[in-house]
Order: sequence, then C-alpha cells, then structure tokens
Amino acid sequence: MTAVLRGRWFALLATAALALALAFLALPVVAIFVDVAPGRVLSSLGDPAATDALRLSLETSSIAMAIVVVVATPAAYLLATRSFRGRALLVTLAELPLVLPPAVAGIGLLAALGPRGILGPALADSGIQLVLQTAGVVVALTFVSAPFYLRQGQAAFAAVDPALVEASRTLGADEARTFARVMVPLAMPGLLAGLALAWGRALGEFGATLMFAGSFRGVTQTAPLAIYDRFATDFPGALGLSAVLVAVSAALLMSVKLLAGPATFHAAR
Amino acid sequence: MSRTRCSALAALAALAGAIPIALVTGCGGANGRPILTVSAASSLRLAFADYGRQFRAARVSFSFAGSDELAAQIRQGVRPDVFASANEALPDQLHAAGALETPVVFAANRLVIAVPARSHRVRSLADLAKPGVTIAAGSPSVPVGSYTRTVLARLAPAERKAVLANVRSEEPDVAGIVGKLSQGAIDAGFVYATDVRGAGGALAAIELPAALRPTVAYGAGAIPGTRHAAQARAFIQGLLTGAGREALQRAGFQPPPRRPPGS
Repeated sequence: MTAVLRGRWFALLATAALALALAFLALPVVAIFVDVAPGRVLSSLGDPAATDALRLSLETSSIAMAIVVVVATPAAYLLATRSFRGRALLVTLAELPLVLPPAVAGIGLLAALGPRGILGPALADSGIQLVLQTAGVVVALTFVSAPFYLRQGQAAFAAVDPALVEASRTLGADEARTFARVMVPLAMPGLLAGLALAWGRALGEFGATLMFAGSFRGVTQTAPLAIYDRFATDFPGALGLSAVLVAVSAALLMSVKLLAGPATFHAAR
Repeated sequence: MSRTRCSALAALAALAGAIPIALVTGCGGANGRPILTVSAASSLRLAFADYGRQFRAARVSFSFAGSDELAAQIRQGVRPDVFASANEALPDQLHAAGALETPVVFAANRLVIAVPARSHRVRSLADLAKPGVTIAAGSPSVPVGSYTRTVLARLAPAERKAVLANVRSEEPDVAGIVGKLSQGAIDAGFVYATDVRGAGGALAAIELPAALRPTVAYGAGAIPGTRHAAQARAFIQGLLTGAGREALQRAGFQPPPRRPPGS
C-alpha cells in the first residue's frame, strides 16, 4: 500500500517536474511569437540587412555541416569500433568544445588560427586568411558544432549489431565497403539526429563567431549577430528576426527528424 | 538588489538544490552593505572597477557592455541602480522617457586610431584609406561607432569612401575592437584614448587632427525608484568630486567638457 502510494507520488512529482521544465523552456520561444505581430516578421524579411544575415547563416552553416559530415562520420566510426589505449582521452578531447563557453571557443580559435596564433604565420604564408572572412565564420561554426555530430555518430555506430558487420565481412566485403553499405545506412537515424543538433548549434552560434570572425553585413554578420545588433536600436526588428530564426531552426530540426523516421529517438540513445 | 528579487533568486536556488544561497545571489552583502548595480559603458571598465573597490557606501556590482545595449535593457525593464553611458544622448533619451533621473556629464574622452603596438601598417589617418588595410569600428548604434562616423563624415568624400571600404567588422562594443587589435586580427580600430592606455602597451594610439575630433562626453544617472537611491546618488557624486573622479583621471579620462548642472 505504502509502496504504491510512494510510486504514485513519484509519478506525480516527475510529471510536475516535466510540466515545469516544458513551461520554462517553451516560454521564451512562445513570448517571441506573442510579442511580435505576424506582419513584423514579414517586414523583417523585407529588411535587406536581415535577409543578408539569414542567407549568410544558412550558407555558412550548410558548409560547416558538409565538412562535419565528411570528416566526422569516419572519425566517429573509428572511435566507435576500435578500442585502443587513450581512447577515452581522445573522446573527451573531441567532446570538450561541447562544454566550452563560446567566448573561450573564440579566444581559442584566435590563439590557434588568428594572425598571431600558433598556426597564424603558416596560414598567412599559404595565403589563407580566416579572421574577418566568411571562411572564419565557417571555422567557428564547425568548431562548436562538430562535437554534437561526433558524439551522436559514435553512439549510432556503436549501436549497430556486430553480427551484421560480421556477416558483411564473411560475405567478402572489405572494411570500406562494410562502412559504406552496412554501417552508415544502419546508423543513419542516429547520424541524422546528430546532424540536426549540430546544425541547430551552428545556426545559433554567436560568441565564437563575433570574436574570431567579427561582424560585418554580408561577410561575417550571421543572423544571431544581426539580432544582437538590432537589440539596441530596433527591438521589434530584433524580435522579428528572432522569430524567423526560430522558424528556420525548427523547420530544419523537424525535416531532419522526419528524414530519419520514427527510429531516430531510439537510435539516438 | 531588492528584497523581492533576493527572495525570488533564493527560491530559484533552493529549487536548484540548495546551493549556498548568499553565494549564488550575492544577497545581503559581506557586512550588510547593500549591493549597488551599475550598468556602464564598456570603455569605463577599468576606471569603474578601480572606483568600485574604493566606494564605501555599497558593494558595487558592474555590468559592462555597449552603452546602447545597456540602454535597450533598461527600456525593456531591466533596472540597475545607475546607468553610465559613453555619450550624453542615451541618458538624455532615457531621462525623457522617464527611465532615468536627470543625468550628469561626468567625464570626457578622446577618440583615437589604435593600432597593434608591433604593427607598422598604419601610421597615420591617411594610411586608413590604403587598399588592403583592415579596420574595425563600433556598430553605428554604440557610441564609439557613432563618434567614428562623425569623424568619417568630416573627411573628404573620396577618403571617407576608401576608409569605409576598409571597415571589416562592426563590433558591439569597444572591448571587441580592442581584443581584435591586441590579437593582430585587424590593422587599426577607432577606440578611446583610455582604451589604448588600459591595454598596457599592447596598443599604440594615433591622434586624430583636432578638426576631426568629436566631443566625447560621458553621462550618468540614477534609475528612478531604486531602493538604493542614496547610494546611487553618492556613486554619481563621487564621479564628479570624489574617488570616482580620481579613478577616472588615473585611467586617462578628462574632466567633463562643461560644468555639470547643480555644481
């Protein structure tokens, strides 16, 4: 009797916690749409500086995602399928940017790739300039978002049934073929879930971009930077652009999830 | 910080699992001294931190950012006790809207061209117009960016165009410009003379010709209805006559360009 009661209390408590969490997380997002008239959202799309920022955000985050997918997919596969000394350390290192404050990411990128950074002179000699350039935005977005994909990808590859891999190898497929034909398709829902998270993080990136690449319309001013820029002088405009960014991010998240199918949720774990 | 805000924060902290509440919220103060919240222009950071350590009437908690961002926060309902801006326009606007008590002008500064100390790419104003030079300016809404545009507007059209073409980043506050300069990420930037001084040898200043120089005056006011009105006024008074004025002088600020009202 007491046990049942205790169980119910817990369920009630957990439900209350969930309701509180959802209300707290949803409120700011809802407030953006409540505070801004639909006409305002549309007129913020008519502002060329805002559309420049949105286009730049979409372009740079797409390029960053392409780089992340090409490099981090095999990397995640390797981390998931091999055990070697120092693997845990390597995984921790790769995931560290997840917990870094954006300002620290910006400082780190400057110290590594800035004109006076470790690789600065080498980059300058080969004619590559990143700070103040769109390429610098891509670097910042890639840095902050890649760990999300790497982490999810690793989990997705690790969850693939080893018996299927074994079967593929027995049937004569080499590792490359097994990776491309068996591992990647089976891990796809998890990979897509990782991609959605990484893409969302890239679209929202602010601090590292500002510190490393700067803020200039059409070149380095992404949507979050344009929103901050408007905050001081044009709060309704900032709200309008925020609403657009929320809608774009939500659409992206939804479409990737739909693409991944209902299995996403389970595969992602 | 008001009592109601303290208890709200305490409730949040308790909800988050009994983290030592005074530590999290800073409520109460070390020896019962109230906490005065001051929103101040980014360029005041060093001088105000210095002043804050000497201010006896309260413990001072600072929020430094671009003056325009801080003013926007106040318009959105954020209530610090004091607002100090790198211009007179923002305090005047807030005062007109009833969001700030009558502001006083408490200091002046000089806009200069700053360059990384070890860089020789820019040695004069004319160099800013050379192709390939990279410049950072404040965004138009932040005072440092607005002063910069005043300077540029006084240049010959061709030179102005050439300099503007070299502006590669519009930063939300002076801290962003100073940071990029000290990292060598840009060749030059428009900042205040005090920023160059505060960078401790990392930057060098190129003075602007007197004819181009804008008047840079700092205004401050208390937020109406604050619970720490007495301390807020004492803080502002100290900027004019006391430890604040001395801290400003040490940091390289100049006295206000005209006599503040009531003194």
